[in-house]
Amino acid sequence: MSATAAEAQIARRTVERAASGERWRDAAFRFALLLCLFVAVLFLGALLVDTFVDGVGILSWDFITSFPSRLRPEESGIQSAFIGTLWLMALCAIFIVPVGIASAVYLEEYADRDRWWNRAIEVNIQNLASVPSVVYGILGLAFIVRGPIDVFGLGKGQPTLLAGALTLGLLVLPVVIIVSREAIRAVPPSIREGSLALGATQWQTIWKQVLPGALPGIATGVILALSRAIGETAPLILVGAAAFQRFNPELDGPFSALPIQIFNNVGEPEAIFRDLAAATIIVLLAILLLMNSVAIYLRNRYESKW
Amino acid sequence: MEGSHFAVSNPGAQGPRLQRARTRRSTGEQIIKGLLALAALLSVLTTTGIVVTLIKETITFFGDVPIGDFLFKTDWAPLAGGEQQAFGVVPLIWSTLYLTAVGLVVAIPAGLGVGIYLAEYASPRVRKILKPVVELLAGIPTIVFGYFALTFFTPNVIQDWIGIGVDVFNGLSAGIILGILVLPTIASVSEDAMSAVPQSLREGAFGLGAAKWQVVLRVVFPAALSGIVAALVLGASRAIGETVVILVAAGNNPNLTFDLTVAHQNMAAFIANTARADVSAGSIAYETIFAVGTTLFVMTLVLNLIAIRFVRKYRQVYE
Repeated sequence: MSATAAEAQIARRTVERAASGERWRDAAFRFALLLCLFVAVLFLGALLVDTFVDGVGILSWDFITSFPSRLRPEESGIQSAFIGTLWLMALCAIFIVPVGIASAVYLEEYADRDRWWNRAIEVNIQNLASVPSVVYGILGLAFIVRGPIDVFGLGKGQPTLLAGALTLGLLVLPVVIIVSREAIRAVPPSIREGSLALGATQWQTIWKQVLPGALPGIATGVILALSRAIGETAPLILVGAAAFQRFNPELDGPFSALPIQIFNNVGEPEAIFRDLAAATIIVLLAILLLMNSVAIYLRNRYESKW
Repeated sequence: MEGSHFAVSNPGAQGPRLQRARTRRSTGEQIIKGLLALAALLSVLTTTGIVVTLIKETITFFGDVPIGDFLFKTDWAPLAGGEQQAFGVVPLIWSTLYLTAVGLVVAIPAGLGVGIYLAEYASPRVRKILKPVVELLAGIPTIVFGYFALTFFTPNVIQDWIGIGVDVFNGLSAGIILGILVLPTIASVSEDAMSAVPQSLREGAFGLGAAKWQVVLRVVFPAALSGIVAALVLGASRAIGETVVILVAAGNNPNLTFDLTVAHQNMAAFIANTARADVSAGSIAYETIFAVGTTLFVMTLVLNLIAIRFVRKYRQVYE
């Protein structure tokens, strides 16, 4: 803490004490705020504990390696959904990493903000970031699965892994762009100026100086985007992901995913399916926790101080 | 994280751009610039794709169902057969807005409370622990909230502990959990807004002898108001568009009633539920997905544009 900040802290404390007549109201207000916080943390805790208690009994290696079964729930597992989620994550990454970073570089390093089309792209991306995921599902259903885009047989009218991955990719692309832009913006101009002054072209400057400097931030953004992608249920319902799939997905074939398996388990009447859903949730949350830990590690380990 | 979606870049920050003289290499540079611009254009194509898809089928839909009937009639049974079939969207919009309102009743005070606490009260050490907890809450997939609402909150909390006789699928549980779902959005965006208020304003108020709660509520809060409004609008937009919590916990039909103990359904859940039934392309049920989708898209778009405006405003003032 700098000297001035410390002084401000001391000054504030003294002044606060002077207004002692208001002290009980201060305490009441503070209590109300803590209550809000308590409610939030309580729900989070209850949600995690409840899920864990319901699901932990079912969790085993067999659960992860067996295929789901509607007829014999006691032998049911999540293999196809687990593999499907891993595939979705990988395919999504292949799509959003180059496109997202390229968009961010264009907007930060090349785009002339006085041009209306560049501003339009910006507002457009901000808007896309908060379009409901189910609307992306509609896009995936009508435009990719049943529609005019025919990539690798995507347009066969069948829900395929590629169609699902592309839909999720479009959904989280704005997140990657926005976070990457912030990371690129955080690289100080002096780095660019130094590089340009030494005779590097603009692209050489970006490729050799700016991007390496922004990499930890970009990686964090990509991981956050991917963790949002694999947690999404609604777009996959629209695109037509299958539940209780008894075989592993292929690129141009039907696929399942963890959220879809959870959703369909919850919809079954017998109680055991609820526990199966809870166990599947634990697996999904474990994957997400792992990804977030990697993001936090990257941020702390490689964050540059300019 | 949520707040960063609306970061408006500061063009002045980089200063005048240094340009190299044109050389042979500049052709390559131009090609690269073109490729990058193409990538940025993809997001525009996405929007175009969404709008074109929605409008195309919606127009077909309105060829079969008069637009006046859709917007103003109160009977909603698009999947029913024969005489029963009806396309008055009013109950669906009502249930959507009603569930959103219930969610916001929970999320606004609690979210703002958390935001104020993090921005104004928490010590740096406490903040360092609590912020990730709030972000963790924001990162939990919504299907998990749906599971929690259906299997724990409805039977254990509402029916057993509080003792309200709600149906298995009901609006009360779904609405409250929807509120918990958007709480982190409101908390983190409003916290950003309040943290952006310059310290001098607080010090000035303290110097005049104000108590802490007065400084927070009468100086910081009003100064951050545009950002706080943005937080609320974003929260509302997220609640309106939520699918899975409603689909899992609230049931499968909208209800034109104030009664929260019965089933409700919002537009997003209707879309997902109808698509699940694997309706054939070109059927009226299939087209209903798009008509409802357009309605939802327009509603959230308006809210998002409002939020972007407000965020711009507070960033311009204090940056």
